[in-house]
Amino acid sequence: MPMKMIWGFFKGTLTLISKGSRAYYAWVSCLLVLIGIGVLAYIYQMQHGLIVTAMRDQVAWGFYISNFTFLVGVAAAAVLLVIPAYVYNWKPIKEIAVLGEMLAVSAMVMCLLFVTVDIGRPDRFWHLIPKVGILNFPQSMLAWDVVVLNIYLVLNLTIAVYILYNLYHKREPNKSFTTPLLLFSIPAAVSIHTVTAFLYNGLAARPFWNASILAPRFLASAFCSGPAFMIILFQVIRKYTRIEIRNEAIFKVAELIAYSMFINLFLLGAEVFKEYYSNTVHLAPLQYLLQGLKGHNDLVPYIWTAMIFNVSAFFLFLVPQTRENYVTLNIGCVLIFIGVYIEKGMGLVIPGQVPDVLGEIYEYAPTGIELLVTLGIWATGLFVYTLLLRVAVPILTGEFFVGDDGRTAVIVDTEFIRRADHLAEQSYRD
Amino acid sequence: MPNRESRDNPAFRMSRRKMMKGVAAVLGALALPEKDASASVWESFFQKHFREMSKPDLEKVLDRLEKEYGKTYGKTVKVRATPHIEGVSYGYGLDLSRCIGCRRCVYACVRENNQSRDPQIHYIRVLQLDKERGVDLEHAEHYYNPSNVPEKGHFYMPVQCHQCENPPCTKVCPVQATWKERDGIVVVDYNWCIGCRYCMAACPYGARHFNWKKPGLPAAEMNPETHYLGNRPRPVGVVEKCTFCIQRVRNTPGRYPACVEVCPVGARKFGNLLDPESEIRYVIENKRVFILKEDLNTRPKFYYFYAT
Repeated sequence: MPMKMIWGFFKGTLTLISKGSRAYYAWVSCLLVLIGIGVLAYIYQMQHGLIVTAMRDQVAWGFYISNFTFLVGVAAAAVLLVIPAYVYNWKPIKEIAVLGEMLAVSAMVMCLLFVTVDIGRPDRFWHLIPKVGILNFPQSMLAWDVVVLNIYLVLNLTIAVYILYNLYHKREPNKSFTTPLLLFSIPAAVSIHTVTAFLYNGLAARPFWNASILAPRFLASAFCSGPAFMIILFQVIRKYTRIEIRNEAIFKVAELIAYSMFINLFLLGAEVFKEYYSNTVHLAPLQYLLQGLKGHNDLVPYIWTAMIFNVSAFFLFLVPQTRENYVTLNIGCVLIFIGVYIEKGMGLVIPGQVPDVLGEIYEYAPTGIELLVTLGIWATGLFVYTLLLRVAVPILTGEFFVGDDGRTAVIVDTEFIRRADHLAEQSYRD
Repeated sequence: MPNRESRDNPAFRMSRRKMMKGVAAVLGALALPEKDASASVWESFFQKHFREMSKPDLEKVLDRLEKEYGKTYGKTVKVRATPHIEGVSYGYGLDLSRCIGCRRCVYACVRENNQSRDPQIHYIRVLQLDKERGVDLEHAEHYYNPSNVPEKGHFYMPVQCHQCENPPCTKVCPVQATWKERDGIVVVDYNWCIGCRYCMAACPYGARHFNWKKPGLPAAEMNPETHYLGNRPRPVGVVEKCTFCIQRVRNTPGRYPACVEVCPVGARKFGNLLDPESEIRYVIENKRVFILKEDLNTRPKFYYFYAT
């Protein structure tokens, strides 16, 4: 019987994701086209080798790993939002938790894809599976990362699916099951990001990464980028669906971002002071990043853009008037997302390798193929998140549930993305 | 050939094994350079880690590789897996007062170790340094190209794998595809490496090199005397490095690596650190010796010294 119920639910979700408004179809097909382009670019890369990227021996990690690092932060922070949701007792805790968990799942999928496209022998992925292959655990931080990222992915998927499956069956999720898992997902979120920071941090050969401030900085900046995305998402969701998210929650998240951004900027400042004042040979990478080194300054305009974005967003979120104005709030979110993307992506990964360990300067800038593959993976992430939302939102609003026979799914919401006035009409009827 | 045919004959029976084989072949064909020899693709896909192979397993693998390389390069190729010699730990000395920066070592190494010619992979990087500044890597010239070396006011510092006693590169490998052998040589199993390049990020000496594309190795220049952990041809997408010419030093005890042999000024010394009579021990005990990036505690077995 339970198998039949699960099958019914599964069949229902398949029907659900194939239904939607024109806007939904347009969005999904747009993503599918981008995914297709990404796949083609990846096939090209597979045929020719990683030589089609701009990575070389001097800079062996580039755009793919930069994106990976940034997205681990997004995945971690999406779940960390659960903490304030509980502390301040925001009304739709369940909704906020589910949306966060699903964002984490999508970001994790992207992370795993970015690692896959970066490695030279994806056909040997099975070497990483314990027992079947050899996972160098606990010695290699990369082995740690493989373990924690996968646990985190499974954990978030479990919580989200469990809550949704129960709501679909019109019963409250069992708190004694969800609460411990939700609480466990918080240290798990912290740990995936810490481990990813340690991946760089543990390399004595790379002074730019070998700074103990790296892990705290990772967490602080993650707490900016993930929630910035969530703020925009909350607004979209409450505009186009019947889920209500109170202003108070959104403004509180913005306020928390301001504090995190302050910590992030402070830690960065501490690092900059230490390197410039002590002026050792370890200053070179930071100089390359901030000023350019010996006429090589590809990264300089980007990092200063990021700095300006981050500082402006900090002030926008610090001042209550601009924080509670939706125009400035959304500008701030976009600034932070881009700012952290640059700072924690290329701004972190590239200077660790420039100048290289023997003092050579190789300026890295991604090739067209790298950009297309990256675009494809971002589209995949958004595609996954869209489908997850397509199922989750109707369940949360009670528009997708099990029928009286206990098996067949009932789909009330056939549109998904709807105009707000249409919604208003509906809520009058309620 | 007849052997393979008889094995493939009952091809109509779609056994589970066959299906897996097909899946593996498709997966393999995506990444492997040659699309022929489906049996060999299957075998190489499921090949075990070098150190987990039994003797007969290893024999079979060496056999398969010899056939594969023989076909690709049109000559008889020997792939050995000569083990380490008890009581030997290799050490290397480089006399900075003698080196003239001619880079003969670089190209002798390329010829001996079957490195890719297109794109070029060099295990040895010779740095041109200012005499006034001393060993200052930030001001090193990597691509010096005068008509005559040495140039006035400069000295030359070749850098290659330092075969660390405490190697940061092997520690970080997520699949243990690289390790330090009992004789101190740090090796890579090219059939186990997943190409993540974490070891390259960890190495403080830039000693590790990645096959960004299928190595371009002209058949005529291919050195057929190879070692599994050393100079056998490498596939695309894996990391490789200097092994002190493992195929030479293990197979013929006392033989020098190619770079030592070719050096026209005798700047390169090589020998057994455990033998008190060896030249390398004499150098360490009697000359002004230093190691590169001592503060990182990698404990290289590659010693720079000034003999004059």
